[in-house]
Amino acid sequence: MMIKNSLDIIEICTKENVPIWEVAISYEEAQSGFSREEIVEKMGRHFSQMQKSIDTGLDLDDRKIRSKMFRDDAKKLMVYRKKNKPLSGTTISKAVAYALSVMELNCSMGRIVASPTAGSCGVLPAVIISAMETLKMKKKHGVNALFTAGMVGTIIAKNASLSGAIGGCQAEIGSASAMAAAAVVEMAGGSPQMAFDAAAIALKSVMGLICDPVAGLVEVPCAKRNGMGASNALIAADMVLAGIPSVIPFDEVVWAMNKVSQIMPSAHKETSEGGIAITPTGQRLRDEIFGED
Amino acid sequence: MSIGIDVNAFRNGNSMNFNSIFDVIGPVMIGPSSSHTAGAAKIGYLSTQIFDKQITAVEFYLHGSFAKTYKGHGTDRALLAGIMRIKPDDSKLRKAFEIVQERGIEYNFYKEDLGDVHPNSVRIVLFGIDDTSEQIIGSSVGGGRILISRIGQTDVEVDGDYATLITKHFDKPGVIAKVSTILSAYGINIAFMKVFRQLRGAQASLIVQVDEILKEEILNKIQELDEIQEVKFINSLRQAGVI
Repeated sequence: MMIKNSLDIIEICTKENVPIWEVAISYEEAQSGFSREEIVEKMGRHFSQMQKSIDTGLDLDDRKIRSKMFRDDAKKLMVYRKKNKPLSGTTISKAVAYALSVMELNCSMGRIVASPTAGSCGVLPAVIISAMETLKMKKKHGVNALFTAGMVGTIIAKNASLSGAIGGCQAEIGSASAMAAAAVVEMAGGSPQMAFDAAAIALKSVMGLICDPVAGLVEVPCAKRNGMGASNALIAADMVLAGIPSVIPFDEVVWAMNKVSQIMPSAHKETSEGGIAITPTGQRLRDEIFGED
Repeated sequence: MSIGIDVNAFRNGNSMNFNSIFDVIGPVMIGPSSSHTAGAAKIGYLSTQIFDKQITAVEFYLHGSFAKTYKGHGTDRALLAGIMRIKPDDSKLRKAFEIVQERGIEYNFYKEDLGDVHPNSVRIVLFGIDDTSEQIIGSSVGGGRILISRIGQTDVEVDGDYATLITKHFDKPGVIAKVSTILSAYGINIAFMKVFRQLRGAQASLIVQVDEILKEEILNKIQELDEIQEVKFINSLRQAGVI
Protein backbone atom coordinates (compact mmCIF):
# COMPACT_ATOMS: atom_id res chain seq x y z
CA MET A 1 0.00 0.00 0.00
CA MET A 2 1.39 3.37 -0.99
CA ILE A 3 0.93 6.35 1.28
CA LYS A 4 0.99 9.69 -0.44
CA ASN A 5 -2.06 11.53 0.85
CA SER A 6 -4.89 11.43 3.36
CA LEU A 7 -7.08 9.27 1.10
CA ASP A 8 -4.48 6.49 1.27
CA ILE A 9 -4.35 6.75 5.06
CA ILE A 10 -8.12 6.79 5.45
CA GLU A 11 -8.32 3.74 3.18
CA ILE A 12 -5.86 1.81 5.37
CA CYS A 13 -7.65 2.98 8.53
CA THR A 14 -11.00 1.78 7.16
CA LYS A 15 -9.67 -1.55 5.89
CA GLU A 16 -7.75 -2.39 9.07
CA ASN A 17 -10.19 -0.64 11.40
CA VAL A 18 -7.43 1.37 13.08
CA PRO A 19 -6.87 5.04 13.93
CA ILE A 20 -4.30 7.24 12.14
CA TRP A 21 -1.76 6.89 14.94
CA GLU A 22 -1.61 3.11 14.37
CA VAL A 23 -0.86 3.68 10.68
CA ALA A 24 1.81 6.21 11.70
CA ILE A 25 3.58 3.69 13.96
CA SER A 26 3.47 1.01 11.24
CA TYR A 27 4.74 3.51 8.69
CA GLU A 28 7.64 4.49 10.97
CA GLU A 29 8.46 0.81 11.62
CA ALA A 30 8.57 0.16 7.86
CA GLN A 31 10.66 3.19 6.96
CA SER A 32 13.11 3.20 9.88
CA GLY A 33 13.68 -0.46 10.66
CA PHE A 34 13.28 0.27 14.38
CA SER A 35 10.89 -1.77 16.50
CA ARG A 36 7.46 -0.59 17.55
CA GLU A 37 8.66 -0.42 21.17
CA GLU A 38 11.64 1.77 20.27
CA ILE A 39 9.47 4.09 18.19
CA VAL A 40 6.77 4.46 20.86
CA GLU A 41 9.44 4.99 23.51
CA LYS A 42 11.09 7.76 21.48
CA MET A 43 7.75 9.53 20.94
CA GLY A 44 7.14 9.17 24.68
CA ARG A 45 10.38 11.07 25.33
CA HIS A 46 9.31 13.79 22.90
CA PHE A 47 5.95 14.04 24.67
CA SER A 48 7.64 14.37 28.07
CA GLN A 49 9.94 17.07 26.71
CA MET A 50 6.91 19.00 25.41
CA GLN A 51 5.30 18.85 28.83
CA LYS A 52 8.57 19.96 30.40
CA SER A 53 8.95 22.84 27.95
CA ILE A 54 5.52 24.19 28.94
CA ASP A 55 6.33 23.92 32.66
CA THR A 56 9.82 25.39 32.32
CA GLY A 57 8.52 28.26 30.20
CA LEU A 58 5.83 29.13 32.75
CA ASP A 59 8.44 29.08 35.52
CA LEU A 60 10.90 31.29 33.64
CA ASP A 61 12.10 34.21 35.64
CA ASP A 62 11.18 37.41 33.80
CA ARG A 63 14.86 38.38 33.60
CA LYS A 64 15.77 35.06 32.00
CA ILE A 65 13.51 35.62 28.99
CA ARG A 66 16.01 36.68 26.37
CA SER A 67 13.59 38.46 24.09
CA LYS A 68 14.04 42.20 23.71
CA MET A 69 10.49 42.43 22.44
CA PHE A 70 8.33 40.72 25.05
CA ARG A 71 8.33 39.59 28.67
CA ASP A 72 6.40 36.96 30.57
CA ASP A 73 3.24 36.98 28.49
CA ALA A 74 2.46 33.31 29.21
CA LYS A 75 2.44 33.98 32.93
CA LYS A 76 0.21 37.03 32.48
CA LEU A 77 -2.37 34.96 30.64
CA MET A 78 -2.24 32.16 33.22
CA VAL A 79 -2.85 34.63 36.04
CA TYR A 80 -5.65 36.37 34.12
CA ARG A 81 -7.50 33.16 33.26
CA LYS A 82 -7.41 32.02 36.88
CA LYS A 83 -8.68 35.33 38.26
CA ASN A 84 -11.26 36.01 35.56
CA LYS A 85 -13.67 34.25 33.27
CA PRO A 86 -11.62 34.10 30.07
CA LEU A 87 -13.75 35.08 27.08
CA SER A 88 -12.18 32.37 24.94
CA GLY A 89 -13.03 29.65 27.48
CA THR A 90 -10.91 27.60 29.84
CA THR A 91 -9.28 25.21 27.34
CA ILE A 92 -8.36 27.77 24.71
CA SER A 93 -7.08 30.39 27.16
CA LYS A 94 -4.89 27.71 28.72
CA ALA A 95 -3.69 26.40 25.34
CA VAL A 96 -2.67 29.90 24.29
CA ALA A 97 -0.76 30.41 27.55
CA TYR A 98 1.01 27.07 26.99
CA ALA A 99 1.93 28.02 23.42
CA LEU A 100 3.34 31.38 24.59
CA SER A 101 5.23 29.59 27.34
CA VAL A 102 7.00 27.22 24.95
CA MET A 103 7.84 30.09 22.60
CA GLU A 104 9.24 32.20 25.45
CA LEU A 105 11.40 29.25 26.42
CA ASN A 106 12.47 28.80 22.81
CA CYS A 107 13.60 32.40 22.39
CA SER A 108 15.45 32.10 25.71
CA MET A 109 17.53 29.23 24.28
CA GLY A 110 15.61 26.62 26.24
CA ARG A 111 15.04 23.02 25.17
CA ILE A 112 12.02 22.44 22.91
CA VAL A 113 10.73 19.89 20.41
CA ALA A 114 10.63 21.28 16.87
CA SER A 115 7.13 20.30 15.73
CA PRO A 116 7.28 20.68 12.85
CA THR A 117 9.75 23.59 13.25
CA ALA A 118 11.27 25.59 16.10
CA GLY A 119 9.24 28.63 15.03
CA SER A 120 6.01 26.67 15.45
CA CYS A 121 7.08 24.62 18.47
CA GLY A 122 4.34 25.99 20.76
CA VAL A 123 1.25 24.78 18.91
CA LEU A 124 1.32 21.00 19.32
CA PRO A 125 2.28 20.86 23.02
CA ALA A 126 -0.31 23.55 23.78
CA VAL A 127 -3.20 21.91 21.94
CA ILE A 128 -2.51 18.31 22.87
CA ILE A 129 -1.77 18.90 26.54
CA SER A 130 -4.60 21.36 27.17
CA ALA A 131 -7.03 18.98 25.42
CA MET A 132 -5.71 16.07 27.49
CA GLU A 133 -6.34 18.03 30.67
CA THR A 134 -9.88 18.92 29.62
CA LEU A 135 -10.67 15.37 28.43
CA LYS A 136 -8.79 13.81 31.40
CA MET A 137 -6.55 11.69 29.19
CA LYS A 138 -3.36 9.84 30.10
CA LYS A 139 0.15 10.19 28.71
CA LYS A 140 -0.32 7.31 26.26
CA HIS A 141 -3.18 9.20 24.62
CA GLY A 142 -0.92 12.22 24.26
CA VAL A 143 1.80 10.07 22.69
CA ASN A 144 -0.72 8.58 20.25
CA ALA A 145 -1.87 12.09 19.41
CA LEU A 146 1.73 13.00 18.49
CA PHE A 147 1.81 10.06 16.07
CA THR A 148 -1.42 11.27 14.45
CA ALA A 149 0.05 14.78 14.22
CA GLY A 150 3.29 13.40 12.78
CA MET A 151 1.45 11.47 10.08
CA VAL A 152 -0.54 14.56 9.06
CA GLY A 153 2.67 16.63 8.99
CA THR A 154 4.44 14.02 6.87
CA ILE A 155 1.60 14.19 4.32
CA ILE A 156 1.94 18.00 4.20
CA ALA A 157 5.73 17.74 3.83
CA LYS A 158 5.27 15.25 1.00
CA ASN A 159 2.81 17.37 -0.96
CA ALA A 160 3.76 20.94 0.03
CA SER A 161 6.28 22.18 2.63
CA LEU A 162 6.70 22.76 6.36
CA SER A 163 9.23 25.55 5.98
CA GLY A 164 8.50 29.26 6.34
CA ALA A 165 11.31 30.02 3.91
CA ILE A 166 9.50 28.00 1.25
CA GLY A 167 5.83 28.44 2.08
CA GLY A 168 5.47 31.28 4.58
CA CYS A 169 3.85 30.99 7.99
CA GLN A 170 0.95 28.93 6.61
CA ALA A 171 3.50 26.14 6.09
CA GLU A 172 4.84 26.33 9.65
CA ILE A 173 2.15 27.41 12.10
CA GLY A 174 -0.59 26.52 9.61
CA SER A 175 0.76 22.98 9.36
CA ALA A 176 1.29 22.74 13.12
CA SER A 177 -2.30 23.86 13.64
CA ALA A 178 -3.61 21.28 11.14
CA MET A 179 -1.53 18.53 12.75
CA ALA A 180 -2.77 19.48 16.21
CA ALA A 181 -6.42 19.66 15.11
CA ALA A 182 -6.29 16.14 13.66
CA ALA A 183 -4.52 14.84 16.75
CA VAL A 184 -7.10 16.07 19.25
CA VAL A 185 -10.05 14.98 17.09
CA GLU A 186 -8.74 11.42 17.24
CA MET A 187 -8.02 11.81 20.94
CA ALA A 188 -11.63 12.88 21.51
CA GLY A 189 -12.90 9.82 19.66
CA GLY A 190 -13.37 11.23 16.15
CA SER A 191 -12.77 9.10 13.04
CA PRO A 192 -9.75 9.40 10.73
CA GLN A 193 -11.96 11.22 8.21
CA MET A 194 -13.00 13.68 10.91
CA ALA A 195 -9.37 14.16 11.94
CA PHE A 196 -8.38 15.12 8.39
CA ASP A 197 -11.46 17.35 8.12
CA ALA A 198 -10.31 19.26 11.20
CA ALA A 199 -6.81 19.53 9.74
CA ALA A 200 -8.35 20.89 6.52
CA ILE A 201 -10.42 23.49 8.36
CA ALA A 202 -7.43 24.61 10.43
CA LEU A 203 -5.19 24.93 7.38
CA LYS A 204 -7.82 26.74 5.31
CA SER A 205 -8.17 29.33 8.05
CA VAL A 206 -4.55 30.44 7.77
CA MET A 207 -4.18 29.95 4.01
CA GLY A 208 -1.78 32.55 2.66
CA LEU A 209 -0.36 33.58 6.04
CA ILE A 210 3.08 35.07 5.45
CA CYS A 211 6.32 34.67 7.44
CA ASP A 212 7.45 38.17 8.44
CA PRO A 213 9.56 38.01 11.60
CA VAL A 214 10.66 41.34 13.10
CA ALA A 215 14.47 41.59 12.99
CA GLY A 216 14.52 38.05 11.59
CA LEU A 217 13.99 36.65 15.07
CA VAL A 218 11.57 33.87 16.04
CA GLU A 219 9.68 36.17 18.41
CA VAL A 220 7.34 38.76 16.87
CA PRO A 221 4.81 37.84 15.56
CA CYS A 222 5.76 34.17 15.96
CA ALA A 223 4.98 33.66 19.65
CA LYS A 224 1.45 35.08 19.53
CA ARG A 225 0.80 33.37 16.20
CA ASN A 226 1.63 30.09 17.93
CA GLY A 227 -1.10 30.97 20.42
CA MET A 228 -3.53 31.76 17.61
CA GLY A 229 -2.53 28.56 15.81
CA ALA A 230 -3.36 26.60 18.94
CA SER A 231 -6.81 28.22 19.31
CA ASN A 232 -7.46 27.71 15.59
CA ALA A 233 -6.77 23.97 16.00
CA LEU A 234 -9.09 23.58 18.99
CA ILE A 235 -11.93 25.44 17.28
CA ALA A 236 -11.52 23.38 14.08
CA ALA A 237 -11.60 20.23 16.22
CA ASP A 238 -14.79 21.30 18.00
CA MET A 239 -16.54 22.10 14.71
CA VAL A 240 -15.71 18.67 13.31
CA LEU A 241 -16.62 16.85 16.53
CA ALA A 242 -20.00 18.63 16.33
CA GLY A 243 -20.52 16.95 12.95
CA ILE A 244 -19.46 19.80 10.66
CA PRO A 245 -17.37 18.46 7.75
CA SER A 246 -14.78 20.35 5.74
CA VAL A 247 -16.28 21.23 2.36
CA ILE A 248 -12.85 21.07 0.71
CA PRO A 249 -10.99 17.78 1.37
CA PHE A 250 -7.65 17.91 3.22
CA ASP A 251 -5.52 16.81 0.24
CA GLU A 252 -6.96 19.60 -1.90
CA VAL A 253 -6.29 22.16 0.83
CA VAL A 254 -2.66 21.03 0.98
CA TRP A 255 -2.48 21.27 -2.82
CA ALA A 256 -3.89 24.81 -2.62
CA MET A 257 -1.40 25.78 0.07
CA ASN A 258 1.43 24.59 -2.14
CA LYS A 259 0.07 26.66 -5.03
CA VAL A 260 -0.10 29.73 -2.77
CA SER A 261 3.50 29.07 -1.64
CA GLN A 262 4.71 28.99 -5.23
CA ILE A 263 3.42 32.48 -6.02
CA MET A 264 4.13 34.00 -2.60
CA PRO A 265 6.79 36.72 -2.99
CA SER A 266 10.12 36.04 -1.31
CA ALA A 267 9.61 39.20 0.79
CA HIS A 268 6.98 37.16 2.65
CA LYS A 269 9.03 34.03 3.18
CA GLU A 270 11.12 34.52 6.34
CA THR A 271 13.31 37.22 4.76
CA SER A 272 11.93 40.01 6.99
CA GLU A 273 11.51 42.17 3.89
CA GLY A 274 7.73 42.44 4.15
CA GLY A 275 4.67 42.31 6.37
CA ILE A 276 4.95 43.46 9.96
CA ALA A 277 8.75 43.18 9.82
CA ILE A 278 8.87 46.39 7.76
CA THR A 279 6.36 48.41 9.77
CA PRO A 280 7.95 51.51 11.35
CA THR A 281 7.90 49.80 14.76
CA GLY A 282 9.25 46.56 13.33
CA GLN A 283 12.16 48.41 11.73
CA ARG A 284 12.83 50.46 14.85
CA LEU A 285 13.00 47.26 16.91
CA ARG A 286 15.37 45.71 14.38
CA ASP A 287 17.66 48.75 14.53
CA GLU A 288 17.61 48.76 18.32
CA ILE A 289 18.50 45.09 18.50
CA PHE A 290 21.10 44.83 15.76
CA GLY A 291 22.23 48.40 15.21
CA GLU A 292 21.68 50.40 12.05
CA ASP A 293 24.11 48.51 9.77
CA MET B 1 -0.51 -5.54 13.92
CA SER B 2 1.08 -5.38 10.53
CA ILE B 3 0.00 -2.98 7.84
CA GLY B 4 1.64 -3.39 4.45
CA ILE B 5 3.15 -0.02 3.60
CA ASP B 6 5.33 0.68 0.60
CA VAL B 7 7.67 3.25 2.08
CA ASN B 8 9.46 3.74 -1.23
CA ALA B 9 6.34 5.36 -2.56
CA PHE B 10 7.08 8.09 -0.05
CA ARG B 11 10.66 8.63 -1.11
CA ASN B 12 10.06 9.74 -4.67
CA GLY B 13 8.50 13.03 -3.72
CA ASN B 14 9.93 16.50 -3.43
CA SER B 15 10.44 16.15 0.30
CA MET B 16 12.87 13.29 0.65
CA ASN B 17 14.12 15.01 3.80
CA PHE B 18 10.89 14.11 5.53
CA ASN B 19 10.83 10.33 5.53
CA SER B 20 10.46 9.81 9.24
CA ILE B 21 7.61 10.87 11.50
CA PHE B 22 10.44 12.15 13.74
CA ASP B 23 11.50 14.63 11.07
CA VAL B 24 8.13 16.27 11.75
CA ILE B 25 7.85 15.67 15.51
CA GLY B 26 11.40 16.54 16.50
CA PRO B 27 14.22 17.00 16.91
CA VAL B 28 14.55 17.99 20.55
CA MET B 29 16.77 21.05 20.41
CA ILE B 30 17.88 24.23 22.12
CA GLY B 31 16.00 27.17 20.58
CA PRO B 32 15.30 29.50 19.05
CA SER B 33 15.94 28.44 15.45
CA SER B 34 16.47 25.08 13.80
CA SER B 35 18.57 26.70 11.08
CA HIS B 36 20.38 29.43 13.05
CA THR B 37 20.87 27.52 16.32
CA ALA B 38 20.60 23.73 15.94
CA GLY B 39 22.02 23.75 12.40
CA ALA B 40 24.90 26.02 13.47
CA ALA B 41 25.75 23.69 16.36
CA LYS B 42 25.77 20.74 13.94
CA ILE B 43 28.11 22.55 11.52
CA GLY B 44 30.50 23.19 14.42
CA TYR B 45 30.26 19.62 15.62
CA LEU B 46 30.79 18.09 12.18
CA SER B 47 33.80 20.39 11.67
CA THR B 48 35.49 18.71 14.60
CA GLN B 49 34.82 15.33 12.99
CA ILE B 50 36.68 16.65 9.94
CA PHE B 51 39.48 18.30 11.95
CA ASP B 52 39.75 15.73 14.70
CA LYS B 53 42.30 17.44 16.96
CA GLN B 54 42.41 19.30 20.22
CA ILE B 55 41.43 22.83 19.24
CA THR B 56 43.28 25.86 20.60
CA ALA B 57 41.67 28.63 18.56
CA VAL B 58 38.88 29.16 16.11
CA GLU B 59 37.72 31.90 13.74
CA PHE B 60 34.18 32.14 12.42
CA TYR B 61 33.45 34.15 9.27
CA LEU B 62 29.68 34.65 9.13
CA HIS B 63 27.88 35.14 5.83
CA GLY B 64 24.41 36.40 4.86
CA SER B 65 21.65 35.84 7.36
CA PHE B 66 24.15 34.31 9.80
CA ALA B 67 26.08 37.61 9.74
CA LYS B 68 22.93 39.71 10.09
CA THR B 69 21.11 37.92 12.89
CA TYR B 70 23.64 35.71 14.67
CA LYS B 71 23.37 37.44 18.03
CA GLY B 72 19.60 37.23 18.26
CA HIS B 73 19.55 33.54 17.33
CA GLY B 74 22.48 32.49 19.51
CA THR B 75 24.28 31.34 16.35
CA ASP B 76 27.58 32.40 17.95
CA ARG B 77 26.99 30.26 21.05
CA ALA B 78 25.78 27.36 18.92
CA LEU B 79 28.87 27.41 16.68
CA LEU B 80 31.19 27.58 19.69
CA ALA B 81 29.24 24.80 21.42
CA GLY B 82 29.53 22.69 18.29
CA ILE B 83 33.30 22.94 18.05
CA MET B 84 33.44 21.89 21.74
CA ARG B 85 31.25 18.90 20.83
CA ILE B 86 28.26 20.11 22.80
CA LYS B 87 25.19 18.69 21.09
CA PRO B 88 22.26 20.75 19.71
CA ASP B 89 19.90 19.47 22.44
CA ASP B 90 22.30 20.05 25.36
CA SER B 91 21.37 23.04 27.54
CA LYS B 92 25.13 23.66 28.04
CA LEU B 93 24.91 25.25 24.57
CA ARG B 94 23.57 28.37 26.28
CA LYS B 95 26.74 28.66 28.36
CA ALA B 96 29.11 28.23 25.42
CA PHE B 97 30.92 31.53 26.10
CA GLU B 98 31.67 30.52 29.69
CA ILE B 99 32.73 26.99 28.71
CA VAL B 100 34.99 28.12 25.87
CA GLN B 101 36.75 30.42 28.35
CA GLU B 102 37.23 27.54 30.84
CA ARG B 103 38.72 25.41 28.08
CA GLY B 104 41.07 28.23 27.03
CA ILE B 105 40.02 28.21 23.39
CA GLU B 106 40.53 31.57 21.66
CA TYR B 107 37.73 32.62 19.35
CA ASN B 108 36.70 35.44 17.06
CA PHE B 109 33.65 36.23 14.97
CA TYR B 110 33.87 38.18 11.73
CA LYS B 111 31.42 39.08 8.99
CA GLU B 112 32.42 38.02 5.49
CA ASP B 113 30.80 37.77 2.06
CA LEU B 114 31.43 34.18 1.02
CA GLY B 115 29.98 34.75 -2.44
CA ASP B 116 27.47 32.43 -4.04
CA VAL B 117 26.64 30.22 -1.07
CA HIS B 118 23.49 29.56 0.98
CA PRO B 119 22.43 32.63 3.08
CA ASN B 120 23.06 30.71 6.31
CA SER B 121 26.73 29.97 5.84
CA VAL B 122 29.92 30.18 7.84
CA ARG B 123 33.61 29.72 7.10
CA ILE B 124 35.31 28.16 10.09
CA VAL B 125 39.07 28.14 10.58
CA LEU B 126 40.15 25.70 13.26
CA PHE B 127 43.60 25.73 14.82
CA GLY B 128 44.93 22.55 16.42
CA ILE B 129 47.35 22.02 19.28
CA ASP B 130 50.05 20.82 16.85
CA ASP B 131 50.05 24.14 14.93
CA THR B 132 47.96 22.70 12.11
CA SER B 133 44.78 24.33 10.88
CA GLU B 134 41.83 23.59 8.63
CA GLN B 135 39.26 25.72 6.87
CA ILE B 136 35.69 24.49 6.48
CA ILE B 137 32.67 26.13 4.84
CA GLY B 138 29.30 24.93 6.07
CA SER B 139 25.69 25.94 5.48
CA SER B 140 22.53 25.43 7.46
CA VAL B 141 20.11 24.57 4.69
CA GLY B 142 16.80 24.43 6.55
CA GLY B 143 15.08 22.52 9.33
CA GLY B 144 18.40 21.95 11.08
CA ARG B 145 19.88 20.14 8.10
CA ILE B 146 23.42 21.10 7.12
CA LEU B 147 25.89 20.85 4.27
CA ILE B 148 29.67 21.16 4.42
CA SER B 149 30.65 22.46 0.97
CA ARG B 150 34.38 23.01 1.32
CA ILE B 151 37.23 21.51 3.29
CA GLY B 152 40.54 23.35 2.83
CA GLN B 153 40.59 24.19 -0.88
CA THR B 154 38.52 21.14 -1.85
CA ASP B 155 34.86 21.32 -2.86
CA VAL B 156 32.90 18.62 -1.07
CA GLU B 157 29.33 17.70 -0.14
CA VAL B 158 29.04 16.33 3.36
CA ASP B 159 25.62 16.48 5.01
CA GLY B 160 26.26 14.38 8.11
CA ASP B 161 23.46 11.97 7.22
CA TYR B 162 25.90 9.29 6.15
CA ALA B 163 29.43 8.39 7.09
CA THR B 164 31.57 9.93 4.37
CA LEU B 165 34.89 8.99 2.83
CA ILE B 166 36.76 11.82 1.10
CA THR B 167 39.85 11.32 -1.01
CA LYS B 168 42.21 13.82 -2.55
CA HIS B 169 43.76 12.23 -5.61
CA PHE B 170 45.19 12.87 -9.08
CA ASP B 171 42.51 12.85 -11.76
CA LYS B 172 43.49 9.64 -13.62
CA PRO B 173 41.35 6.87 -15.07
CA GLY B 174 40.67 3.97 -12.73
CA VAL B 175 40.98 5.67 -9.33
CA ILE B 176 37.28 5.45 -8.61
CA ALA B 177 37.22 1.77 -9.59
CA LYS B 178 40.18 1.02 -7.32
CA VAL B 179 38.59 2.70 -4.32
CA SER B 180 35.23 1.01 -4.85
CA THR B 181 36.96 -2.35 -5.28
CA ILE B 182 38.59 -1.98 -1.87
CA LEU B 183 35.26 -0.99 -0.29
CA SER B 184 33.44 -3.93 -1.86
CA ALA B 185 36.18 -6.34 -0.76
CA TYR B 186 35.35 -5.36 2.83
CA GLY B 187 31.61 -5.68 2.19
CA ILE B 188 31.02 -1.92 2.50
CA ASN B 189 27.84 -0.73 0.81
CA ILE B 190 28.12 2.55 -1.09
CA ALA B 191 25.01 4.70 -0.68
CA PHE B 192 26.05 7.68 -2.80
CA MET B 193 29.18 8.71 -4.66
CA LYS B 194 30.31 11.96 -6.24
CA VAL B 195 33.50 13.17 -7.94
CA PHE B 196 34.84 16.73 -8.01
CA ARG B 197 37.81 18.02 -9.95
CA GLN B 198 39.27 21.44 -10.62
CA LEU B 199 40.80 20.67 -14.05
CA ARG B 200 41.25 17.57 -16.17
CA GLY B 201 44.28 15.61 -15.01
CA ALA B 202 44.73 17.87 -11.99
CA GLN B 203 43.67 17.30 -8.42
CA ALA B 204 40.31 15.69 -7.82
CA SER B 205 38.32 14.43 -4.91
CA LEU B 206 35.95 11.56 -4.46
CA ILE B 207 33.13 11.73 -1.93
CA VAL B 208 31.68 8.36 -0.96
CA GLN B 209 28.77 8.08 1.46
CA VAL B 210 28.58 4.69 3.10
CA ASP B 211 26.33 2.91 5.58
CA GLU B 212 29.06 1.63 7.91
CA ILE B 213 31.96 3.08 9.88
CA LEU B 214 35.18 2.37 7.96
CA LYS B 215 37.93 0.66 9.90
CA GLU B 216 41.48 2.03 9.94
CA GLU B 217 42.57 -0.98 7.87
CA ILE B 218 40.30 -0.02 4.96
CA LEU B 219 41.42 3.61 5.05
CA ASN B 220 45.08 2.47 5.02
CA LYS B 221 44.45 0.28 1.96
CA ILE B 222 42.97 3.26 0.12
CA GLN B 223 45.79 5.55 1.26
CA GLU B 224 48.31 3.05 -0.17
CA LEU B 225 46.96 3.51 -3.71
CA ASP B 226 49.52 5.42 -5.85
CA GLU B 227 47.12 8.08 -7.06
CA ILE B 228 45.75 8.89 -3.59
CA GLN B 229 47.23 11.89 -1.78
CA GLU B 230 44.94 11.99 1.19
CA VAL B 231 42.06 10.08 2.72
CA LYS B 232 39.63 11.41 5.27
CA PHE B 233 36.75 9.64 6.97
CA ILE B 234 33.93 11.55 8.65
CA ASN B 235 31.36 9.86 10.89
CA SER B 236 27.71 10.67 10.30
CA LEU B 237 26.05 12.91 12.89
CA ARG B 238 24.16 9.84 14.10
CA GLN B 239 27.38 7.84 14.49
CA ALA B 240 28.93 10.82 16.27
CA GLY B 241 25.97 10.73 18.66
CA VAL B 242 24.66 14.18 17.70
CA ILE B 243 21.18 13.14 16.56
